[in-house]
Amino acid sequence: MNAPSSTMDDAYDSKGRPKGWLSPTNRRRWANFKANRRGYWSLWIFMILFIASLLAEFIANDRPILVSYKGEILYPVAVDYPEEKFGGFLARTDYRDPFIREEIEANGWMLWPPIRYSYTTANSYIPHSAPTAPFWLMDEETRCQAYPLGDEDPGCTLGNMNWLGTDDQARDVTARMIYGFRISVLFGLTLTVFSAVIGVAAGAVQGYFGGWTDLLLQRFIEIWSSMPVLYILLIIAAVLPPGFWILLGIMLLFSWVAFVGVVRAEFLRARNFEYVNAARALGVGNGTIMFRHLLPNAMVATLTFLPFILSGSITTLTSLDFLGFGLPPGSPSLGELIAQGKRNLQAPWLGLTAFFTISIMLSLLIFIGEATRDAFDPRKTFR
Amino acid sequence: MSAAAKNQEPLLSVRDLSVAFHQEGNSQLAVDRISFDIKRGETVALVGESGSGKSVSALSVLKLLPYPAASHPSGEVLFKGQDLLAAREPEIRDVRGNSVTMIFQEPMTSLNPLQTVEKQVSEILHLHQPIAADEARRQVIELLDQVGIRDPRQRLASYPHQLSGGQRQRVMIAMALANRPELLIADEPTTALDVTVQAQILELLKDLKTRHGMAMLFITHDLGIVRKFADRVCVMTKGQIVETGPTAEIFETPQHEYTKHLLSAEPKGNPPPRAETAPMVMQARDVKVWFPVKQGFLRRTVYHIKAVDGLSLDLRAGQTLGVVGESGSGKTTLGLALMRLIRSQGEIHFNKLPLHERSFKQMKPLRSSMQVVFQDPFGSLSPRMSIADIVGEGLAIHARELSAKERDREVANALEEVGLDAATRWRYPHEFSGGQRQRIAIARAMVLKPRFVMLDEPTSALDMSVQAQVVDLLRDLQARHELAYLFISHDLKVVRALANDVIVMRAGKVVEAGSADKIFDRPETDYTKALMAAAFNLEATTTGVVSE
Repeated sequence: MNAPSSTMDDAYDSKGRPKGWLSPTNRRRWANFKANRRGYWSLWIFMILFIASLLAEFIANDRPILVSYKGEILYPVAVDYPEEKFGGFLARTDYRDPFIREEIEANGWMLWPPIRYSYTTANSYIPHSAPTAPFWLMDEETRCQAYPLGDEDPGCTLGNMNWLGTDDQARDVTARMIYGFRISVLFGLTLTVFSAVIGVAAGAVQGYFGGWTDLLLQRFIEIWSSMPVLYILLIIAAVLPPGFWILLGIMLLFSWVAFVGVVRAEFLRARNFEYVNAARALGVGNGTIMFRHLLPNAMVATLTFLPFILSGSITTLTSLDFLGFGLPPGSPSLGELIAQGKRNLQAPWLGLTAFFTISIMLSLLIFIGEATRDAFDPRKTFR
Repeated sequence: MSAAAKNQEPLLSVRDLSVAFHQEGNSQLAVDRISFDIKRGETVALVGESGSGKSVSALSVLKLLPYPAASHPSGEVLFKGQDLLAAREPEIRDVRGNSVTMIFQEPMTSLNPLQTVEKQVSEILHLHQPIAADEARRQVIELLDQVGIRDPRQRLASYPHQLSGGQRQRVMIAMALANRPELLIADEPTTALDVTVQAQILELLKDLKTRHGMAMLFITHDLGIVRKFADRVCVMTKGQIVETGPTAEIFETPQHEYTKHLLSAEPKGNPPPRAETAPMVMQARDVKVWFPVKQGFLRRTVYHIKAVDGLSLDLRAGQTLGVVGESGSGKTTLGLALMRLIRSQGEIHFNKLPLHERSFKQMKPLRSSMQVVFQDPFGSLSPRMSIADIVGEGLAIHARELSAKERDREVANALEEVGLDAATRWRYPHEFSGGQRQRIAIARAMVLKPRFVMLDEPTSALDMSVQAQVVDLLRDLQARHELAYLFISHDLKVVRALANDVIVMRAGKVVEAGSADKIFDRPETDYTKALMAAAFNLEATTTGVVSE
């Protein structure tokens, strides 16, 4: 009778220590997560896209990754070299300039990223006025007609083509899409993490202590969440210079409320559990009880919410950018791309690119969220 | 077929019934080819410990299992010759609540809290027969009267929360009887009730059975009820029926090993002898726990609910004080007050230290020497902590000087002491059975080397045979460490096996107190007598000294 009545004996080694770093519960959750094939694949695709976008500088950049110049290896992707090194006069080298390019290629070589544009780089050799179409919609002659030597020009390479066309300032849409994806996800993630920390803490305090603490904070939250967030954002955006952190701060002011309800409910429910009473009888302090005994319960609800809050934050950022109250001008932003698409209906690649990027990103997140929800559902059975 | 031959024919015949559950790709056989018959007017008891498949068998008679997660690999359930397992949903709905009805264990949750008694009882009538509203009302009143609800006319508009547990179970029975069923399936109908109420409900069922001549399938783990109540017994373990026979025969000459084990599993042994000279551990004088009831805009205290009202007790080292009473009598509140986990008035001395002068914070250094073991072994262990963390948590607070390694050794020792394999300490609570979990909860208390342990119904959620083991363990630990126990229970058999002093509580007050021998053998008050009769002989007292 001393052996636990377990069906998971393979989770422990001969001495009884658990194998691996996951607890049996988390192991089962991971198995449940994997059982949702769509969510599992979405997680992989999203991780690959996200990591790729973190390395955006190596994929789409207006400087080479490596340069060998007169026997010296240079790293322009990480280091700003003044142009006088190559015989020019600018403070920062413009590697796309034909003069510099010829100078370097005469004395060594350059390793370019697959796309030779960063999100601010304007293509000065567009065949006609911006926005220009993706290169595969034009024949070879028109593509490179603005280069001095036409399609014989050394600049007329695949890396200099605009794969998804340019926007109305002749900037490469592909590059802006990659950087825009990155900033959207990073913004969403940061906002979600910060709101989760604040929201969980507030919900925990309310649920655990109850009484007047709960009553006052609940009323405060009711008033707080009834404020018209969009208008407050507009007002603040008019006063403060817009930027990543300022936007994040303003949106954080209102987004933490989403977590309070579930966490508070979990704490209210669990604070009278017998194991919590047992911990009190052991003399465990309030903080420890909340953190060690109650928080794991509440985290299930919170984690289930996370992907949906994440996609919500991304959508909010996009809509602010669309309205022009988001990130500062020049930032790569999907919302701004949509706004351009709206202004330039003759250039459908703008709107379509933004639309597909956003919808694929959000779909992936929702699929991951569904799988997470399955993974944490203790009643879920599989047939 | 003649009428006599028809009476010989079994009403319900279960043949080769199996039930399998499928989860995450693997399937588990919960019931393995069981067969039994119920004749008209007969009571058959399915007895077994939790997890033996008795409830699942009963639910499959009416096809109430969560299909398709459950399935029947084999078998048939013949009710008056009709195979219910093969019946289609409309056909089986015609049987449910009509000729076969069911009452469940938990009276708190098996009634809809949002509807009145009248609506819920008359719904059954309307479902199975065309009946006019005033005729239905007349029948509901008659049914409520039959099941012994006083003033049934006034009770029609009551909601479930306005009824006591016993009354709710009576309403459930009224619903089950509404259409004059031929077979009543009772799934542990009295387990959630107090002993006195249990005796009343059993009396009622017996009475109704003889009056209506219905057959009954009675599912229980309580052998006392079976002995008193059933005509025939089927003993179940691990999904199989291991022995079937007339009740008297099974109890007199059990054949199967498991039946013998079950019959000998009553808590045995004697409490520690009274020691008048042992050092006093816990002494309380005139303890009161009053919860104020506030009303009106100014939240003025209108009156108090007196959970514990002026109670005194003495508890010496190595002794056990049993606190018995019905639910709601203030037993647990008393224990929590002594531990200073809730606010109370009156004097409490622990090891001669006045506890009543200390705040919650100031109690912290004393917490290691006063510990508590709760009732529910599933609720009292945090599901997300490993056993080592659960048992070691108290050490981390009260014995900070221990290194992680020393603490781990202490935890292992404590687990060995309560009879668990120390190698299992990295596992999580859900991997252990109820009895093992209760051992873990005891280890959590014992690792701190307490002097006083409050045991709040530590055995009532456990199976009979496990109960006996836990009682033995507790007695063992007490003898070894000179522990003082405050043993709170409504199960008088367990109290008798452990306590040398007993307090009988009712509505926060002491009804009777004294040595265990005196209380159990020569009770003085009517209430104590009624309690004893209900607990040991399942006899209901009609004099109104107990609640209903």
